Amino acid sequence: MIRFEQVSVTYGDAPAPAIGGVDLTVPEGELVLLVGPSGVGKSTLLGTVSGLVPHFTGGLLRGRVTVGGRDTRTHKPRELADLVGTVGQDPLAHFVTDTVEDELAYGMESLGLAPDVMRRRVEETLDLLGLAELRDRPIATLSGGQRQRVAIGSVLTPHPRVLVLDEPTSALDPAAAEEVLAVLQRLVHDLGTTVLLAEHRLERVVQYADQVILLPGPGLPPVVGDPERIMAVSPVYPPVVALGRLTGWQPLPLSVRDARRRAAGLRERLAGREPEPVDGTGTAAPPAATAARTPLGRLLRRRATTAKDGAPDRTGPLAVVSGLGVRRGRTEALREVSLTVAPGETIALMGRNGAGKSTLLSALVGMVAPAAGSVLVGDRAPHRTQPGELIRHVGLVPQEPRDLLYADTVAAECAAADSDAGATDGSCRALVHELLPEVADATHPRDLSEGQRLALALAVVLTGRPPLLLLDEPTRGLDYAAKARLVGVLRALAAEGHAIVLATHDVELAAELAHRVVILADGEIVADGPTSRVVVSSPAFAPQVAKVMAPQEWLTVTQIRTALAATAATAPAREPEGTE
Amino acid sequence: MSRAVNRAATFRAPEANRSNALHAGAWWLWALGLAVAASRTTNPLLLGLLVGVAGYVVAARRTDAPWARSYGAFIKLGLAVIVIRLLFSVFLGSPVPGERVLITLPEVPLPDWAAGVRIGGRVTAEQLVFSLYDGAKLATLLICVGAANALASPARLLKSLPGALYEAGVAVVVAMTFAPNMVADVGRLRTARRLRGRPTGGVRAVLQIGLPVLEGALERSVAVAASMDARGYGRTAEVPRAVRTTTTALTLGGLLGVCAGSYALLAAEGAGYGLPLLGAGVAAALAGLRLGGRRSVRTRYRPDRWGVRAWLVAGSGAAVAALMIRAGAVDPAALHPGVVPLEAPVLPLWPAAGALLGLLPAFVAPVPAPSPAALPSQRKTAS
Repeated sequence: MIRFEQVSVTYGDAPAPAIGGVDLTVPEGELVLLVGPSGVGKSTLLGTVSGLVPHFTGGLLRGRVTVGGRDTRTHKPRELADLVGTVGQDPLAHFVTDTVEDELAYGMESLGLAPDVMRRRVEETLDLLGLAELRDRPIATLSGGQRQRVAIGSVLTPHPRVLVLDEPTSALDPAAAEEVLAVLQRLVHDLGTTVLLAEHRLERVVQYADQVILLPGPGLPPVVGDPERIMAVSPVYPPVVALGRLTGWQPLPLSVRDARRRAAGLRERLAGREPEPVDGTGTAAPPAATAARTPLGRLLRRRATTAKDGAPDRTGPLAVVSGLGVRRGRTEALREVSLTVAPGETIALMGRNGAGKSTLLSALVGMVAPAAGSVLVGDRAPHRTQPGELIRHVGLVPQEPRDLLYADTVAAECAAADSDAGATDGSCRALVHELLPEVADATHPRDLSEGQRLALALAVVLTGRPPLLLLDEPTRGLDYAAKARLVGVLRALAAEGHAIVLATHDVELAAELAHRVVILADGEIVADGPTSRVVVSSPAFAPQVAKVMAPQEWLTVTQIRTALAATAATAPAREPEGTE
Repeated sequence: MSRAVNRAATFRAPEANRSNALHAGAWWLWALGLAVAASRTTNPLLLGLLVGVAGYVVAARRTDAPWARSYGAFIKLGLAVIVIRLLFSVFLGSPVPGERVLITLPEVPLPDWAAGVRIGGRVTAEQLVFSLYDGAKLATLLICVGAANALASPARLLKSLPGALYEAGVAVVVAMTFAPNMVADVGRLRTARRLRGRPTGGVRAVLQIGLPVLEGALERSVAVAASMDARGYGRTAEVPRAVRTTTTALTLGGLLGVCAGSYALLAAEGAGYGLPLLGAGVAAALAGLRLGGRRSVRTRYRPDRWGVRAWLVAGSGAAVAALMIRAGAVDPAALHPGVVPLEAPVLPLWPAAGALLGLLPAFVAPVPAPSPAALPSQRKTAS
């Protein structure tokens, strides 16, 4: 269906090609997953299929890409519109019209389909994607999952034979992601559509893939094969594969079901053992954390003038939220929310899109005023505190870290952060060196990768040395390596006595990091407790390892690795468990 | 009137859905009718009545869609226009002669070449009242446009454009949606400044976030353009060369005809052939557009239908305009209350009754469905 023949793409005056040596075929009716670390050219490869690379983005494409027999060199994107449907990373940037029904029809109108055909297909697509209830809704009022489904629906109506999706589930909560993936499954199985998708959150998609294309590095030729084969060598892999690699299961499990069937022996072996607590002080901390903790901790300690021994010298809670209510227009975004954050504690806020997670974080930094109840951060009401004063008590890294960055070089940004926070010159720069050793001073913040930008924003926020650190969706768009680095940094901070509250959809991150999980639904707290208790019992929020090991309360592969090492030390090592 | 309509259940306005949605053009014609009426009078009572009529219809028939919320913004804009008009009048003077001097501001002496321009000086009651009336007229025009904007999104109106103009229209709509997006960006970035420990208000805040906001808007527009391209925007059909040439000739010729015709109509001589020339120009341009539409392969999905209710809505606007123009011809004094000497404006009965005709859409247009958030018990009370 899609043929790449010796394709390489070079942008502008870049010294090396963004992708190179791509020579492969995607057969009709397959769901093909494109994986690889950030910045290896996944989006570029996807763009060549729709013709947007190079017709729209510029750059030099060598070789040939044919889709359904049409050569993208001679066909512009608009001439491939009836054959290829493309949905980019941000569905909002995809919409042309303002209501759901018009959006579904837009592509067909451009292609000039007959009105009765259009009407029929819109109705069919509304049913296929479960959008019938939303048909007259303005797009601006939809939730993230609904938007993603509308975006997919809008490219489905012209009945393309190929669907190209760039990170369709990254911004979605677990339930909405399931919804979108169920739709893709149905398209592949019922309609024989060819689907090519790139995704960082492999734990969500890898079990559905027929084939995996691995891009090992920028400009390197891709490796193609069965998911099991590729996952065995891939630098990026989901926790369930990590578990399989650890225990040497053959073939590698890709889904929780596969792993659970093989895990009976493992569960038996680990029965009666207690998982290490997830805080950074236990042996559960991965090597990365220990490595990052010491220098970063020293740095923070060195600069700490008000606090002794690195940790802020307060023993009471850092933040107390009681009976908080927040209104946005007529909707009550939060109702009767009570929460206490103690020093050194890491709390994960979870819940579906629009449940009020970001609003709660905004209330903690005073960006929204409470309509009822109270918020106290270090004995102050944040919305009445001067911003310059507040950043010494609480810092928030917003969902879009770019919102915090105004200057045009990293060095200027650091200097500004120092003067904002009243810190000694160079304190922010030192933090940046710690978090981003490879970035030069003169780099423009816009040229940083997603993970680097997050680290820079984190450094800027940490310059004020706030004992309470808030992060909103920190892992969106991060690959596993960047995520592991982030986990290391945050653990080190928690070990230094910082309290961390993070709003996230990423259950694996919460399992790695959080001591406590708070689940919000419709603006109310519906669950609040230790991570293992809350997530193990929830089908949506349980990490893969917890699902495999239930009813035992294991959350991460690291915990299991440590426990296995301990068993190996006490008893003679046994053969890794095979299939049952 | 409302009772009578209610009794006959069949005549009651139905709940709006996509199929019976009122043609967007009908709303715009109605609003333009009110605007024309407003442009014919400076009587503040009549202007107030027109604003009231527009406001009532908007309150009765607007939806919960984001563009419908812009009505409030238009009202604020109208008030701002009045205030600015008054300020100009106070500081720059006014040609209106008047006796009742309220205050005398210090006058800035200007050189000879600036004769006719005045800064400061006397401020008379007459001049203030004149600018108030004038400002109110402009504000009413704006509010009428705002009403049309709230009742029918401009994007829907564009769907009714001829095929040849559609793509330009889409570009305009996409460009228009960037204004609200940028406003949202400014809000978000201003609150984000708090996180850096900087004050969120003030001119400096806006200046510092200006660049990131523009950057964001630019990136978004590039993304939308890519998406439109990938979804077939701008696909064209092959048309014979002869058709293309004819299209160009007809369009250009038609536009020239329109120019020449209007010039002839406005100029003193040649009024005789002005009208036919104008007519021929319009016809040729329309034919050109129609032929040009052949190049576009687009089809329309569920276009708005022009039905009886659309006729009634558009007709009520036209009637208001016609009655006001007629009233202006019969009794101009009633529509333009005296400024020199000052008089209290009176409400002329017949033009006021005419303006009330503009309320018809509040009874005949389909009722928007209640938003899911609204309580079910509120449903019945709408009509």
